[in-house]
Amino acid sequence: MTRFFKGLFKLRRGPWEMVATVLIAIGVFMLMQPYVLWAYTYSFIVTLIGTVMFIIVSHFPEQE
Amino acid sequence: MSDTTADKLANKTPKRVARKIRGLSDRAIAWLFVGPTIFLLLAINIFPLLWTINLSFTDFKANRINREVKYIGIRNYERILGDSDIWLSMQATAHFLFWTLFFQVLLGFALAWLINRKFRGNDMWTTIIVLPMMLSPAVVGNFWTFLYQPQIGLFNYIVAFFTGADPSSFEMLGSVDLAPWAIVIVDTWMWTPFVMLICLAGLRSIPDYIYEAAEVDRASKLRQFFTITIPMVLPFLMLAVLFRGIENFKMFDLVVQLTGGGPGSVTEMASINLKREAFEKWRTGYSSAFAIILFVTVFGLASIYVKALNKVKER
Repeated sequence: MTRFFKGLFKLRRGPWEMVATVLIAIGVFMLMQPYVLWAYTYSFIVTLIGTVMFIIVSHFPEQE
Repeated sequence: MSDTTADKLANKTPKRVARKIRGLSDRAIAWLFVGPTIFLLLAINIFPLLWTINLSFTDFKANRINREVKYIGIRNYERILGDSDIWLSMQATAHFLFWTLFFQVLLGFALAWLINRKFRGNDMWTTIIVLPMMLSPAVVGNFWTFLYQPQIGLFNYIVAFFTGADPSSFEMLGSVDLAPWAIVIVDTWMWTPFVMLICLAGLRSIPDYIYEAAEVDRASKLRQFFTITIPMVLPFLMLAVLFRGIENFKMFDLVVQLTGGGPGSVTEMASINLKREAFEKWRTGYSSAFAIILFVTVFGLASIYVKALNKVKER
């Protein structure tokens, strides 16, 4: 866990990709879930942030 | 010999062209070859994407090209993300996507595992199994419509034979409960062979000596299956899921042919809804925004999936 947060602070690829992946997964779930309309409403912005973040952080250096 | 062939080919080049090319650097020649492809890629893929993004912020209607186009900011996106009909079509897409992938992976892998065993008529069975994926979706949709007919359809009779129900007592394409499953069955029938072929390639790539080593170590067949077969086929299986997932997310032709999105709108996939908005209601700006939402979703999913695939390959 400490390694994960250290990676985040040092702008390392692994932990940031993990954050982006979780955001995309949450966004897609929000888009397709049948339970609450507000989750559907905010799904696109969550997916978009995750996707853009994924593209950017995949250029970060790898964790040692 | 190769020099002679190269010389012959060089001599065939017209003198004017040869004179022009002689002065070019390797990098320039590389650009000369790659340039047309890059130009086509930009013209066919990138430009329409950028144009769609631009249109998604307008109230443009393609059937009224002389009308003044107004920039309306993110209003199209706000409308789509508050529209309960589109939300329902997303749920229909999710249902279709999940169950088709589930059945195709399960059946595709099982078939590949069976076909991989040496038996008489192996090649003939492979050919028979892959036949459905060679057919046009329009043809498949058409003849499954007949198979699903409550009065004359073979499907209803087979179900009736096994369950004892009256064949005309249920309507696969006309029932709100059954129609989503009817399209799942047809897509699974059509595309399981594709998953099977990819899995078969994976199974055939596993060298025999790994199983022989496992036999020497007295590993049971079940242990061999879970520690050798599954991990080594997994990258192939994931690739098949990626291809089918992207395809099924934008599924259009088969569903239109089978149900046309009905009954009501229970089988109205996102792509069918998009087509209606774009070419029946002519809300081009609105449908462009919808297309961008679908694009970002598929792109995001494909990105994390490719990352997962690379991780599995590295193991």
